[in-house]
Amino acid sequence: MAKTVTVYSTPTCPFCIRAKQFLKDNNIQFKDIDVSENHEKAQEMIAKTGQMGVPVLDIDGDIVVGFDKERIKTALGI
Amino acid sequence: MLYDLIIIGAGPAGITAAVYAARKRMDFVVITNDIGGQTAWSGDIENYTGYQFVTGPDLVNKFEEHMKKFDVSVREGEQVADIKKKGGDIIVKTDKGEYEARAVIIASGKISRQLGVPGEKEFKNKGLTYCATCDAPLFSGKDVAIIGGGNSALDAALQLIKIARQVYIINIASQMGGDAVMREKVTANGKVKVLNNAQVTAISGDKMVTAIKIKQEGKEREIPVEGIFVEIGLSPNSGFAKVVETNEQGEIKVNCRNQTNVPGIFAAGDVTDVPEKQIIIAAGEGSKAALSAFKYLSHKR
Repeated sequence: MAKTVTVYSTPTCPFCIRAKQFLKDNNIQFKDIDVSENHEKAQEMIAKTGQMGVPVLDIDGDIVVGFDKERIKTALGI
Repeated sequence: MLYDLIIIGAGPAGITAAVYAARKRMDFVVITNDIGGQTAWSGDIENYTGYQFVTGPDLVNKFEEHMKKFDVSVREGEQVADIKKKGGDIIVKTDKGEYEARAVIIASGKISRQLGVPGEKEFKNKGLTYCATCDAPLFSGKDVAIIGGGNSALDAALQLIKIARQVYIINIASQMGGDAVMREKVTANGKVKVLNNAQVTAISGDKMVTAIKIKQEGKEREIPVEGIFVEIGLSPNSGFAKVVETNEQGEIKVNCRNQTNVPGIFAAGDVTDVPEKQIIIAAGEGSKAALSAFKYLSHKR
């Protein structure tokens, strides 16, 4: 079954763009949350990770901070 | 195993070196912390020939595609810790292992300069950031401090003026530098308070940043802020390359064939003392270094 993937990002962050492109290239569907617009979700991201850097990926509860390709691959099982 | 070549770094210089090395059918590996280097952080690029306009992330994707068209072995997310000679060969030690090659190209670029004060490491990404472009939007309605006095500090200020409540600029010099147009825009804004002759002494907080400590005219004081943007420029990422000669700024000295003072060790791009730091220059230097390394290995055989 496909995993539920959420990306917390800002529109201006280059590594957010690369992380989302990576997911698209691998045909992974994801929910994109713009934390610069959505303050509630920004707080949720900070609570989940204890830090403020973007991007943050939530892959079925597996939290990856930053565009860490290897960890993202492992979490996705690809 | 003994490689022909190890390329350290995968920015424009390292990736171009990899493309040339692959086309020369050299047996090599690329060891890098990330793909793209500073280009990945760049916004709009309008001076890379062939592209009238391209964004940093897009150009990096193009670079990566080009490299991966060849069967290149890339060890991403690996940090080089040390380089040393072993007879005629070179050992590259990383945080994950040890590699041996007959030649090395150092193309490790530049990294954000750090403050070197207590609290900096602990609060990285917990209110303290080196990428205003990435993280500024998370600080809306908050009080923030920008450390620096040049264009990158001004650029961060222009982004933060739109969203933060109060913006302090902590500048170590007696007046702000940078372009006059930007400086005037920033200093004329009512949200901005510039503190000149001010030195950061510590960052403090609980789970996240709560304050910055500065020293001004011999007096220390604490300013409550939730965000700290470090914009004090870049420094060459050459700390692991103690074996080669560097200049006062830490840039690796190379000749016009990209050779360092150690035979078999070449360097290219922003980590070197080559004048002008540009994507296209780094790419060109990367190709030169690969061709020089190829020639060096042919002679050695």
